[in-house]
Amino acid sequence: MRSKVTLARLARNPQARYGLLALVLLLALAYIGPFLGPYDWTDKDFMAFLSPPSADHWWGTTQIGQDVYAVTLRGMQKSIVIGFLVALVSTGLAALVGAAAGYFGGWVDKALMWGADLLLVLPSFLIIAIISPRLKGGSWLWFVLLLALFSWMITSRVVRSMTLSLREREFVLAARYMGIPGWKIILRHIVPNLSSLLIIDATINVSGAIIGEAALSFFGFGIQPPDVSLGTLIAAGSSKVTGYPWLFLFPAGLLVLLVLSVNLIGDGLRDALDPGSTK
Amino acid sequence: MTEPTTGRDAPILEVSDLNVTFRGGIKAVRGVSYRLNRGEILGIVGESGSGKSVTSLAVMGLLPEGTEISGSVRLHGKELIGAREEELTRLRGKSVSMIFQDPLSAFTPVYTIGDQIAEAVRIHQKVGKDQAARRAVELLDLVGIPRPDLRAKAFPHEFSGGMRQRAMIAMAIANDPDVLICDEPTTALDVTIQAQVLEVLKTAQRETGAGIVMITHDLGVVAGLADRVLVMYAGKPVETGTVEEIYYRPRQPYTMGLLASIPRMDRPTERLIPIEGNPPSPAALPPGCPFAPRCPLKVEACDDAEPELERIGTGGRMSACIRSHEIDLKGLDGATVYPVPEAPAQREERRPRAERETVLKVDDLVRHYPLMKGAVFKRQVGTVHAVDGISFDIAQGETLALVGESGCGKTTTLQQIMQLQAPQGGTVVVLGKDSAKLGKAERKELRRDLQIVFQDPMAALDPRMPVGDILAEPLRAHGYKDAKAVRARVAELLTLVGLAPEHAERYPQHFSGGQRQRIGIARALALEPKLIVLDEPVSALDVSIQAGVINLLEDLKARLGLSYLFVAHDLSVVRHLADRVAVMYLGKIAEIGAVDEVYGAPAHPYTRALLSAIPLPDPELERSRTRILLEGDLPSPADPPSGCRFRTRCPKRALLGEAEARKCDEVEPTVERLAPAGDHGAACHYPESTEAVAAPGV
Repeated sequence: MRSKVTLARLARNPQARYGLLALVLLLALAYIGPFLGPYDWTDKDFMAFLSPPSADHWWGTTQIGQDVYAVTLRGMQKSIVIGFLVALVSTGLAALVGAAAGYFGGWVDKALMWGADLLLVLPSFLIIAIISPRLKGGSWLWFVLLLALFSWMITSRVVRSMTLSLREREFVLAARYMGIPGWKIILRHIVPNLSSLLIIDATINVSGAIIGEAALSFFGFGIQPPDVSLGTLIAAGSSKVTGYPWLFLFPAGLLVLLVLSVNLIGDGLRDALDPGSTK
Repeated sequence: MTEPTTGRDAPILEVSDLNVTFRGGIKAVRGVSYRLNRGEILGIVGESGSGKSVTSLAVMGLLPEGTEISGSVRLHGKELIGAREEELTRLRGKSVSMIFQDPLSAFTPVYTIGDQIAEAVRIHQKVGKDQAARRAVELLDLVGIPRPDLRAKAFPHEFSGGMRQRAMIAMAIANDPDVLICDEPTTALDVTIQAQVLEVLKTAQRETGAGIVMITHDLGVVAGLADRVLVMYAGKPVETGTVEEIYYRPRQPYTMGLLASIPRMDRPTERLIPIEGNPPSPAALPPGCPFAPRCPLKVEACDDAEPELERIGTGGRMSACIRSHEIDLKGLDGATVYPVPEAPAQREERRPRAERETVLKVDDLVRHYPLMKGAVFKRQVGTVHAVDGISFDIAQGETLALVGESGCGKTTTLQQIMQLQAPQGGTVVVLGKDSAKLGKAERKELRRDLQIVFQDPMAALDPRMPVGDILAEPLRAHGYKDAKAVRARVAELLTLVGLAPEHAERYPQHFSGGQRQRIGIARALALEPKLIVLDEPVSALDVSIQAGVINLLEDLKARLGLSYLFVAHDLSVVRHLADRVAVMYLGKIAEIGAVDEVYGAPAHPYTRALLSAIPLPDPELERSRTRILLEGDLPSPADPPSGCRFRTRCPKRALLGEAEARKCDEVEPTVERLAPAGDHGAACHYPESTEAVAAPGV
């Protein structure tokens, strides 16, 4: 019933509708688009270096003859995967840490929140910048973990304070008096009851992670060649933006569209899940 | 009725055919009409969702924008519906005042009480600041606030609930209003405080001569206060008449059922008669009479059209039922019309109490909370004596009720028992096992036999889980592994509490309050416990639903041989359900014993006051009773009085000699058995031995 109401409200919200539509189109572009283009992202056309968009190379080529269309979509795939994974990991971490701190209280609370505070005061950008080149040989998944590690703290504080009030609710007391262990109560009763907050948070984290990934990759700390992401593409294209704008405009434009659509959905979800909003 | 009349007998407030429709087409009020004369008290009675509060908000013009209001509300013949906002503002607080249920949110926390009352005076009267302040003090004095000149300078949070409600009344009568609308003014208060506030309300009415519209769900309060009563159901008035007519000769099946379903202190042994089903949702009203699906007198014609209020007999008596005349002729009443649920057969002959197993024994239980101060360096500045040495025991198959006003330590006691940890002081022994000496596995095992039902059925069930999972949770936690067995047990439990097995797939929000409470009871029963702790299990329910749940608890106890620890503040329900009762005051037991002995011959002055404060749903009895009114409020448990804790409010102490009274100040009384034969003890140096004033006819 509640989810039905939420969906109906979400569908009524024009922002969310356009955001959802845009996101679906972008996802389709990223994952179906490469099959439609004439070139693979690893192909190099030695007959066309830095050629502008044409019928053959839809979005032009790079200075080594890569098809910008194919490479950009490949980069976008990576950015999307990283964005969603980071959001999932960081929201999950926030939920577990916050709920555990709030539910158990005492020294568990103190230790976990001290850890969260410590991570909050560390300059995350610098640390990722220092660590990630050392992982060069490793998988890009390490990079996902690093990004997630520095983005869960604020949400976990919100989750903790909400848990403090949920902990006194009678259905949680009932479970406790039934003899159900604490971690089970957290997973079964507390986290599901925070789901609206967590869904909104995860959505907003997606756009944050995409931007974070792009920013780090731009400076060369994120995704390492030969792999590409929107960030590395923008970095490569930025120096030639005046002479060869297609190198920069396509990845940058897609990044803006992607983040915008995710943010629109996040705002729409917040309105739909908040019983107090009048939209 | 619609013609505005003039002259001395003209009604001050006349509402006719009032309709309120909220956004989304929800018809909250449908065709309410009443008239209020000078000095008259009109009681509007109905269950939650019957539209009684919305009616009064519509009269005040306080409904949110976008609400459709039609009909007419005339104050002194002047139309209020469609009047401009400035005009209404001028009238509100001057001609019409309102007293709300929650007095805390009705005051601004940052101004003193005196300032806020003075402000109310100055808005409507041209008086100077000093004079308004003097008037505020006068008003506080009138509503019985001690040392009003000092208390006027206090902030709302420094007042107790009862005091705030008095201050609220003072503010409402500041401008001599003609109409006073009270929306559940005493629902949030304890009975002894409720009795005080109702007295104040009567005084206020005498002083101002105002007409009062009293909105409440408590039929006892209305019986003692009102002249006329309007009963509402599903947004519509279903019966109106004088208070005697309504209480002694109800002519509408809903009113009849409502009166029959109230647990009464003066008739404890009768089986309660519930009204089956639930009130209809205002978004989906049945065709025809909205009460028809629950009505025992339903005939086919009931579904054809919704009955309008019709005059019965002579006078202003109206009822909305096509069979009212028939009921009137035959002289039917609720007890004969409604099917009386059969009392469960006692499983076995009760053995004497001493021979039965003791399921719970609490001995000298102590729970103190430190009172901390300071933000960085916390230091202890005092101790809250929440529970200060109480002892009781429950034998197998017995119900012990723990009663007392809010802040007396009932809930703390209950938590101490449920936690199964070592208490700060004293011992808790559940089924022969001392809670202080339990290992982890033993504690979990013991939880099987000790279960709890919570007060608020909305909060006690996880909204994100279907009912089947909620009931399966304790089963799975205690070793039911087989999914099939769990499902079978869930179905069995649902049937046991009067629900259908297919309800297992629905979520808690699809159920009404009474049904949710049944689910809560089913969950407590899942592991076949021996002792169930009931934490105010019916206080959040409407009376017609409450009766069904009380009957269910009685049946289950008899069928399954359960023992109950029943925590409540409603003494009528306690009288009905309990075998023994313990009255608590400020963390101590004041009186304990078999229900009949405690209610029949209360020995402690506090119990006597408590019993006399309960309103009875019987106008004649209610008006002829003499009440023992207690002075003031419950002292703070952080600083309990020396000696007897009740001495600061004790009516008996005033009658004692000086030497006798000194004993109350110095020596703390312990619970002493009153007679060697009976099961009755009281913690009073000078226990009462005369017949109770509280429950006439017992």
